[in-house]
Amino acid sequence: MTLIATESLTMRYANGVTALSELTVGVAPGIVGLVGANGAGKSTLIKILLGLLPPTSGRATVLGLDPVAQTEQVRARVGYMPEHDCLPPDLAAAELVTHLARISGLPRTAARERASEALRHVGLYEERYRQIGGYSTGMKQRVKLAQALVHDPDLLMLDEPTNGLDPAGREAMLALIHRIGTEFGISVLVCSHLLGEVERICDSLVAIDAGRLLRAAEVSAMTTARDVLAVEVTEGADALAARLRELGLDPQPDGRALLVPLAGEETYDVVLAAVADLDLPLHRLDQRRHRIAELFREERPAPEQTGREVAGVH
Amino acid sequence: MSTEQSVIHDIGYQRYAGVRLGRGYAFRALYAHSLRTAFGLGRGVLAKIFPWFVVGVITIFAAVFIVIRTQTGQAVGSYEEFADGNGLLLIMFCATVAPELVSRDLRTGVLPLYFSRPIEREDYPLAKLGALVTALWLLLAGAQTLIFAGAAFSVDRLGQVWDELLDLLPALAYSAVYAAVFGSLALLVASLASRRAVAAAVVVATFLVPTPVVGVLSLTGSENAQRLAGLASPMTLVHGLGQWLFDVEGTGPGAFGPLYGVTVLTVVFACTVALLVRYRRVAS
Repeated sequence: MTLIATESLTMRYANGVTALSELTVGVAPGIVGLVGANGAGKSTLIKILLGLLPPTSGRATVLGLDPVAQTEQVRARVGYMPEHDCLPPDLAAAELVTHLARISGLPRTAARERASEALRHVGLYEERYRQIGGYSTGMKQRVKLAQALVHDPDLLMLDEPTNGLDPAGREAMLALIHRIGTEFGISVLVCSHLLGEVERICDSLVAIDAGRLLRAAEVSAMTTARDVLAVEVTEGADALAARLRELGLDPQPDGRALLVPLAGEETYDVVLAAVADLDLPLHRLDQRRHRIAELFREERPAPEQTGREVAGVH
Repeated sequence: MSTEQSVIHDIGYQRYAGVRLGRGYAFRALYAHSLRTAFGLGRGVLAKIFPWFVVGVITIFAAVFIVIRTQTGQAVGSYEEFADGNGLLLIMFCATVAPELVSRDLRTGVLPLYFSRPIEREDYPLAKLGALVTALWLLLAGAQTLIFAGAAFSVDRLGQVWDELLDLLPALAYSAVYAAVFGSLALLVASLASRRAVAAAVVVATFLVPTPVVGVLSLTGSENAQRLAGLASPMTLVHGLGQWLFDVEGTGPGAFGPLYGVTVLTVVFACTVALLVRYRRVAS
């Protein structure tokens, strides 16, 4: 089953801004990272998937449902955590989450029980009868997550869930999202402009830039195929490169080093043998785990101002 | 020696397998929540002070009505006149409750949480409007019913209770007109401002600013102008309708009565449509 699928989805606002253009992508259930710079079209995509905005052209499906024609069914099965502040300060968390559970269609008692449960899962059980106005930023983010979770959705859409959190808070939030995706059996779509953050918890990644699809792939496929061995010799790098090419490897110059795709343990032996054969002074030999961020950077023809945020986090 | 230990059992996440009710239920839940909000229920003490102050004042008025009636045997005024007399109180109630219902949600940005759930765009303003109109009606109708109860206990014959009831029922409908006009107008105005204090001020202004216009027209204008003057302000508009329908005093709108009726309907309808348009655009 596909979790989310779009087909040449285009969104043009009345003021002429094109937020999405011809976006075609399909993702499988699991934790999906949607990454892109601010203004890349992430929030627009979420609003279309929730049936809040009708797309200019193209179509989308969420859990096999059409958000335009079957808005009510889609929303009943999806939980949404907005990016910005959205909590009334003078309500207790338990009261707000219970109320929103009822708006999601849960009967009164079920709403109250599940509100307590959701707040417990995000770690706010003790504090749930306190007014939200007195909460810290981290606690507010957790309430936002709890209200998205309260009606037991099949898909959670989280728009920048780590916004405004300190490093420890970010870690805790990411761990919680990972737990929801793996232990709770709920698929999660995490929007972020920080690729380095979401790549650790996601099963697959979708990167968009200026409303276009940059890349969509499973994280496992991306990392295993892209581990490289960095070889640095004090001199004779060109000779080594030529020799390695003869041996069937594909060395890429990267500054002073050569990057050799790492197929397995034997690659070390081949490289070391080649260096010894040519009698070159070996300066450095180490395995480099290619960060996904770098992959996206490779994909990009010209690094722009907007793109830097996506790629720049390690 | 006991070796038992207390253990915290993490029962893990439980999926929800119960019923999921639809849009109609969600609408009623939002309506009920908003009606509670109107009286500060489920809120802190501060949110309760003003609505219940208004409830207290109107109850005192009703009590005075009852006392005078039982002591003198003469009614101070009709049930309709009781509603007319509490116009200012209604405006004050609108000025605090309408911003509480809509401006607060605009300010805190809670709307995306509603609109991402199985309700439609128009459900939100309609539920809020329904709640405010109901709250206003409860305020008036409650006090009128209290007066009726007082009268019912002080009559000599049972037949008089029936007469009294026939007096009360049209007045309850009249109160509903007050609630609909004041509620729709106040909610529309409040939905345009996200700051509660600003919204409250604008609501009061909407109701009170036209009053001098009515005053000037009804004093200086021609006879027709005097009869039409009431259309200019919400309070005199409903009052004029009452004068026409229930023939309160002689200086009513006279032949222009139906115009007052049409204007009341138009105001309520136009405000509701404008409110829906407003919420088509907000926070998409």
